[in-house]
Amino acid sequence: MAYFLQIAFAGIALGCIYALIGLGFSIIFKASEVINFAQGELLLVGAYVVSSAVFDWHLNFIIAVLAGVVVTVAIGLLFERFVLQHMIGRPVFSILMITIGLGTILHTAVIVIWGSNPIPAAAPYTITSGFNIGGIHFGLNDLLTIIVTIILCAILFYFFQYTRYGLAMRATALDQEAALAVGINIRTVYALAWGIAAAVATIGGVFLAIGSYAMDPTLGGAALLAFPAIILGGVDSITGAVVGGIIIGLVQDLTAGYESHVASFLGAGIHQITPYLVMILVLLIRPYGLFGTRKVERI
Amino acid sequence: MSARPETRTPAAPASTATPSSRLLGGRISRWIAVILIVAAILVFFSVANDDWFTIVNYTLIAAIAAISLNVLSGYTGQVSLGIAFFMAIGAYTAAYLGGDVPNTPLDPLGLGLPFIIWLPAAGIVAGLVGALIGPTALRLKGFYLGIVTLSLIFIGQYIFLNARRITGGPQGRAFPVPAIGGATFDQQNSLFGFALTSGQQYFLLILVVLALAALFVYNVMRSRAGRAFRAVRDNETGATIMGVNLFEAKMGSFILSSFLAGIAGALFASYSRYIIPNYWSLALSIQFIAAIIIGGIASVWGSLLGAAFVFGLPLVIDHFSLLPVASGSGIISSGDLNALLYGLLIVVFLLFEPGGVIGLARRAKVLTRKFYTHKDEGGEPAEITDLPSESGSQLDAGNSTLTKGENT
Repeated sequence: MAYFLQIAFAGIALGCIYALIGLGFSIIFKASEVINFAQGELLLVGAYVVSSAVFDWHLNFIIAVLAGVVVTVAIGLLFERFVLQHMIGRPVFSILMITIGLGTILHTAVIVIWGSNPIPAAAPYTITSGFNIGGIHFGLNDLLTIIVTIILCAILFYFFQYTRYGLAMRATALDQEAALAVGINIRTVYALAWGIAAAVATIGGVFLAIGSYAMDPTLGGAALLAFPAIILGGVDSITGAVVGGIIIGLVQDLTAGYESHVASFLGAGIHQITPYLVMILVLLIRPYGLFGTRKVERI
Repeated sequence: MSARPETRTPAAPASTATPSSRLLGGRISRWIAVILIVAAILVFFSVANDDWFTIVNYTLIAAIAAISLNVLSGYTGQVSLGIAFFMAIGAYTAAYLGGDVPNTPLDPLGLGLPFIIWLPAAGIVAGLVGALIGPTALRLKGFYLGIVTLSLIFIGQYIFLNARRITGGPQGRAFPVPAIGGATFDQQNSLFGFALTSGQQYFLLILVVLALAALFVYNVMRSRAGRAFRAVRDNETGATIMGVNLFEAKMGSFILSSFLAGIAGALFASYSRYIIPNYWSLALSIQFIAAIIIGGIASVWGSLLGAAFVFGLPLVIDHFSLLPVASGSGIISSGDLNALLYGLLIVVFLLFEPGGVIGLARRAKVLTRKFYTHKDEGGEPAEITDLPSESGSQLDAGNSTLTKGENT
């Protein structure tokens, strides 16, 4: 039982990271119907800037995180303003591919600037620190990941529910033309969506890097596992991104923890694909996800 | 009209064209192009050394795979990140059928069948896998299809790493060498009295396969099926109203694309001789996407140009040792410079010329014709058979809404 709880705890922490990344996907998708395939590479850039700020420029950790957020938000805003604005109304294929182009540029830039060897991850505490309760180890990093995710979700909830711009974003997501008609500035909404997505990606990236002790340019690939999370939750649902993220994190860590005991015949690494298997199942049975809007297309 | 300059070759009326000239486009300029290409191939063949054969051979194999992706994404408008998976299926089919019969129980499996069986089989098995996956995947559209094909890459990696008897596991395995009539392609052989190096033999083989694939795709796209593919891309609802069976069109495109990807994968693995499962990655799929966007969406020639840029260029840079092997602290390697360039070019081309290099060429052609005919008020528009439907901005302009396949 302790083993199960231990794995479940780690799974929830991992799921919170997927939730943070998934939030970015959902917020951008809600605002502009774009899935940003460069989200993982934004996260990568953020994590590298934070690490550089701490180890090379000797900045305080919090300031370093802010620096990382500023850099990724700037990239997100510039890309949105100077590239995506010109792609409005273009086919899905083109928009998807252009975000892949951005991802390739960012990924290569990181390799050119920092090299492909692992560099240490910045953390304000000893990475392995934590405490034990009833035989379960609560890693400080995992706990902080969960707490920060909860705080960020609360802030976002407040933002979307009670602030002027949050309301504007929800209105745009509901009906873009109606939002335009009542005087909402759609450009501001798009920019906000990209800014928020880039910021949460950086924070997710910092925790992801700490969790894996060292980081290399493959870190951005972890963001791909947020796809199963958002599809499970429902692509256009922010609650869905969080719930889906946590479920996918749990599924992944539980299969990782039990695959060698229960199902060794499946071979190594099944936990790397269980999120995708869950996703395919969801797409077959309930393609709009747990919390997503059910869209009906009529001919 | 009498003032029409001689530079404008009117399109030959279909009734006077012979069937064989129709096959290649039915115009004199096409024949001149064919002659030029053959001449270029002959010159290359007689002067190039082995290094250049390696570069060109890899590029031509990549062109086959790029054509395959263009069938699905370019002509039919279906997003796919899974081409590396189908190439791997082809490669491992070739390895299993054509590989050496194992000496010890630890060796990877192989049946030792001849080349003439394993190469077509690689395509057929990949096509069958496509037919198996298609009904599930093609119910989805846009981003969803992209994400499902992405998951194919990861599921494939898991299978390939674990199916050790076929793939060799993480350490990889050797792939069979083509052999025709006792002449194995990794050794020097003679053909009609000419001594041919390994690179030259592969070149001829790959050229034949590429030419067949290109000609086949080129002609399919001018047939009823090809028009159905493009109709699906441009407007699914409209296509259905015109009587196109969406499911059949998408499946046909998916299977043809998988088939060609399997052939390309088998050729690539065979030419590389040894491959580890990690090679068939998302990055490989993205390279092919870059190739078709840069070269030209929905264009056979564009696939070739794109493959030359994305796969040939880094090999050329390495050939001249222009850049270091590894990047880091501001230094850039050939592979990374290339990745940076194609990343940028994806963005630039999609923004300004969705038709890629071929689109630019078409624009230049239209401009020159306008220049020559600007006084000719009654002149019919320049003969552009496919321009509107081939420019990327006309690609499936539908939204990303998810359908549960009511219309399939």
